Amino acid sequence: MSGTMNLKLKVWRQPNSEAKGSFVNYDAANVSPDMSFLEMLDVVNEDLVKKGEDPIHFDHDCREGICGMCSLHINGRPHGPKQAITTCQLHMRSFQDGQTVTIEPWRAKAFPVIKDLAVDRSAFDRIQQTGGFVSVNTGGVPDANAIAIPKPVADEAFNSATCIGCGACVAACKNASAMLFVSAKVSQMALLPQGQPERYRRVQAMVTQMDEEGFGSCTNTGACEAECPKEIKITNIARMNRDFFTAKFFKQEEV
Amino acid sequence: MSKFKNTFSSSLGKKLIMALTGLFLCTFLVIHLIGNLQLFKADEGKAFNDYAYFMTHFTPIKVVSYLLYTSIIVHAVYALMLTIGNRKARGTNYGAYAGSANSPWTSRNMGILGTILLIFIVVHMQNFWAEYHWGAMPGVEYRTNILTQETTQTDLPAGSVTEYTKFVENGVEITRAKDLYKVTASAFKNWCLVALYVFAMGALSFHLVHGFRSAFQTLGWDHNRYVGLIKCIGVWGFGVLIPLGFAAMPLYFFFLK
Repeated sequence: MSGTMNLKLKVWRQPNSEAKGSFVNYDAANVSPDMSFLEMLDVVNEDLVKKGEDPIHFDHDCREGICGMCSLHINGRPHGPKQAITTCQLHMRSFQDGQTVTIEPWRAKAFPVIKDLAVDRSAFDRIQQTGGFVSVNTGGVPDANAIAIPKPVADEAFNSATCIGCGACVAACKNASAMLFVSAKVSQMALLPQGQPERYRRVQAMVTQMDEEGFGSCTNTGACEAECPKEIKITNIARMNRDFFTAKFFKQEEV
Repeated sequence: MSKFKNTFSSSLGKKLIMALTGLFLCTFLVIHLIGNLQLFKADEGKAFNDYAYFMTHFTPIKVVSYLLYTSIIVHAVYALMLTIGNRKARGTNYGAYAGSANSPWTSRNMGILGTILLIFIVVHMQNFWAEYHWGAMPGVEYRTNILTQETTQTDLPAGSVTEYTKFVENGVEITRAKDLYKVTASAFKNWCLVALYVFAMGALSFHLVHGFRSAFQTLGWDHNRYVGLIKCIGVWGFGVLIPLGFAAMPLYFFFLK
């Protein structure tokens, strides 16, 4: 077939979280450049199933870059070589014919491997459960525009809220730090009026849980910001630091 | 108190300590450089030797100097603790990791650069600080004619000056001091030491290019209005000007004296 490419895949295989994993080589033949990266893996998996072998496990769901389910550390970078996209939005035209592609799971102690390339990201859920919400009282429905919010503030809050919780920030960070994720979740509420009553309790609770999960600490390399598929900015981290220190040194709320 | 303990044992608290000690060390570098510029003064080291005595005997400066030694130790110990924690947080290392694609080299190698600087600080303090306090320092006598301001300089034997003295006799101001200037000048005739000092200042430059800006980011000071200024001071002030100024000293003595 013309216009297709052949790739050599070096894929991390690990039967379960306890087992010791290793790289296994596969050939991906006749790959269309218009395929997405996950479709390419689907084709490889079909071949494996036909041969009676265990297919490569990887996380995926919406396949349109909004759910945060797909992961994959491709050639040393989370979500592959392109900027501001998830693995499901990565096309095979981003690779060259004959290229070797190394595919690994996110590596972090807080993200244990479930199988092969799928990792357990429930640490993020537990962080969210400690404070990534606003408490809403029952009663009459409030008018949507009762509280005015300046446009720049609303924009900034929306930018922070675009985080899909995929974990690329943790994967990219040399310290496996979750600061970008946690700071985005803290920021989206700290910026808005509805988030104010719990603002200083929230930041302390979420940072405490982040530390307990075993994520590393931030050294301001900026790798998270560069690799984030939603382009979350590290200014969120500065904002979270400000709120955390304000809470610890000047506020009553204790966690 | 337990609240504070809990603050500083958190990951953000440890980073706050790194930022505050780091910035304090940055301010020290500015003072240290300005003071040491007196090495370039063509007065046979009189200003520099007077300055060395002042810096080691003026009480407020002594208090700050102990704060400085503590800061260096705390900065290094916390860096080690954070680095160990960060290594553990990764667990299994990546087979392929393209760090250069998403972050500057300096930001990923602060530990190596810091280790070079710590070794340098030990050597540097051994060379001059320990020597000045406990070594058999050569002495020097300056005689300045008060009317004409002409100064003559006489070397005194090693170990002969233990106390700094300054008095006026027949219209001549006589100063006897430990000759740190001479020790500096002779130390920097050794090319190994000159190479080490220049290399360490290279490491200092890379350390501060990332470190200065990073400290403000940790403190949460990243507003658009001044973040440009912080970056500018970090790169041109602490990354270029200060290391160049320090590196000029050994090079000056090696090549020009």
